[in-house]
This record gives sequence, C-alpha cells and structure tokens, in this order.
Amino acid sequence: MATTLISTTDFCTWHEVEHTFVRSLGDAGLIEITIVDKGEFIPETQLQRLEKMVRLHHELDINLPGIEAITHLLDRVETMHQEMRTLKNRLRLYEEDYPK
Amino acid sequence: MAFIDYYKILGLDKSASEKDIKAAYRKLARKYHPDLNPNDPEANKKFQQINEANEVLSDAEKRKKYDKYGENWQHGEEHEQYARQQQQNRQQYGGGQYSGFGGGFGQGFENYEDFGGGGDFSDFFQQMFGGGGRSHAQAKYRGQDFTAELHLSFREAAETHKQTLTVNGKQIRITIPAGVENGQTIKIAGHGGPGSNGGPAGDLYISFAIANDPQFKRSGADLYVNKQIDLYIAVLGGEITVDTLTGKVKLKVAAGTQNGTKVKLKGKGYPVYKKEGQFGDLYLTYEVQIPTNLTDKQKELFTELAESEKTKA
Repeated sequence: MATTLISTTDFCTWHEVEHTFVRSLGDAGLIEITIVDKGEFIPETQLQRLEKMVRLHHELDINLPGIEAITHLLDRVETMHQEMRTLKNRLRLYEEDYPK
Repeated sequence: MAFIDYYKILGLDKSASEKDIKAAYRKLARKYHPDLNPNDPEANKKFQQINEANEVLSDAEKRKKYDKYGENWQHGEEHEQYARQQQQNRQQYGGGQYSGFGGGFGQGFENYEDFGGGGDFSDFFQQMFGGGGRSHAQAKYRGQDFTAELHLSFREAAETHKQTLTVNGKQIRITIPAGVENGQTIKIAGHGGPGSNGGPAGDLYISFAIANDPQFKRSGADLYVNKQIDLYIAVLGGEITVDTLTGKVKLKVAAGTQNGTKVKLKGKGYPVYKKEGQFGDLYLTYEVQIPTNLTDKQKELFTELAESEKTKA
C-alpha cells in the first residue's frame, strides 16, 4: 500500500515551526524522515505523532530531551493499556465461569 | 451560572504577579495537557479550566475587570450599561463636555465582544468577556477531546461494518473494522470540540463495549468452546457437528478420545483486527458425557464390559 508523504517544508510552514526542530526529532529517532530527491518528507502515518510533539514544544515549552522522554513514556503507557485490556478481557472469561 | 475562581484554579492568591501566573499555568498545563493524558476526560476538563484561568489572569485588562467585579460579576454588566447610559445623556444634553470618556470603560467593554472565536470556554467566561480569545496574537489551543462508548454484540464485532454516530449534533459515519476488542478505543481525529484562537479541533475517542457470547469465549482472535460428546463416540470414534462463527462444520472424533481433549480448528476463530482475511483459531475442548438413567439391559452390558476389562488385565 502506498504511503502518502508530506513535505517537511509544508509542515513547518503550516505549523510555524523551525525546520531544524523537525530534523532534530528525526535525528533523535522520534519520527521517520524520508528523503526523496534531496527533499525531506514525513510519512502521513507519522503526522499525528509529529503534531503531538510540536504541541508539547509550543504549548508546554518542552525541549527535545523532554519530548524524547515523554514520547517513550507515552508509548509505554499505550503498550501497558493494551496489555491491561487483554488481561481484563481474559479475566472476564473466568468471571463468567466463577461469578463473584 | 456559578462564579469561577480563576486564582483558585491556578493555586494563586490575588496578589500573584504575572510571573507567578505564568509559572503556575506552565506547571499545571504540563500536568493536565491532553497529549500527556490521552483518554482522560477529567484531565481534559481540568486543562480547559487552567487555560481559561490563564486567559483571564495573564491579560492585564481582563484581570482588572475580573478583580473589579469578582463574585459580583453578574451586576457588572448592569453597572456598565448604567455608566454608558449616563455618558450618552451627558453627551446629548451637556454639549459633549464629557466626550473624553468615550474611550473609557464603555468602549473597552465593546472591545471584549470583538474577541469572538467562542472556543470552549465556560459560560461564565463568555458572559463576562463576551468571547473565547484575546484580540491580539494568542496561542492556539486544541479543542476538547470527546469520548463515547459504543456497544456491540459479539457477532457485530466480528464483521466490518459502518455505523453512523451523532456527536454534538453532527452525524459521523465510521467504519468499524472486524475484530475490534472489548475496551479498545479508536480515535477519530478532528471530531472533538472546536479549538480556540484558530487551534485545531479535538479528537473523538470511541471505546467499544463488546458483549460476551454465551457459546464462544474469546481471547484475542482465538475462540474457545466446550463441546459435549457422548461416551460412545468418545470410545468408538465417530463424527460430530460443531458450530463455528461462520456455520456448522463436521468433525471426526478419533476412537478412545479422552475427556478434556483439545482440538484446534485452524482459521475458524475471530477475525484478526485490521487484517482482512485473517482469522484466529477455534479451540474445542471435549467434554465426554457419562450416560445416566441406564436401563437394566444397559447396566448388564456395562457390567459385562467391566468384567471383560478385568479378564483382559
């Protein structure tokens, strides 16, 4: 399936952020930047993630190391939520057999 | 409409400096920001209150007005109207002697109405300041995230289907992929509350509540079912019919099948979420039924069988 690419220049203009900021997020491995014909692009699938980082930076004055730490923690929280959901659903099966 | 104590929201007293307000706002915003508290409506609500408090207290004019009227804010409007009326009278009958007041509070009040934007500030804010934002350049804020719960039956969740939801008067048509799990949340970007000062709209989070099925037990994409087979099939072997999600299948049972034996029917489980054409497995656990209410003849035969087993040994 083809992935839509968004130019980082367009993104930076639209969101009023510096190009270096987006690039540094890419350097830190927080987002994936694709280079096509010397132009930098972000896959559409990364857009929400990048917009979240921009909001953290703009609205909360969080610097790059902070964004890095927050993103990793949020990813972990999400993983734990998924695990919790799976476990809750499994528990639900036992609760049916052995009601409280 | 109740009075909102903006100082209390930011944990400050009335003598707080601009710097104190900024610091308190930053601290609380970092704690309750929606991006840091996904799927938490309480944090979202709190964040909006903090935003609103900051909007008023960090703006010198708004703060002055807020401090002036405080809990008597509801009478503030009457006072303003009275002052404007007095001023008009003076201009009309006094030869414009007091026209200098024209740029004073009355006009300032009208300016507040220009803030416009609406956004998601409280009714108290709208009533007092007449809008949702400041007239000068101002940070954009995302709108409020909405959450909704959608109840689906076990069978409904096994098929990809479209559903129309009404959220805040707007109809949204969503596609629910087959295999969605109980408690799973999907985000529909941009369908939450409107943003303030041109900020983006919030998102809509839909969590699914999927009812258990009386027949199948689900774990991820795998299904589990207890299948009762009679003693004779378990001993001698035979064919049984099994219900699956997609219909009945015939299954051979080997002779000498033990109670509790598990059999896997590959690909007969639940659809795998967002992987079209992929299915989990269906696990059958055989429960061998011991016959009851035997006739005398049957008892005799069983006794004979038991005796023959003894001789065999």
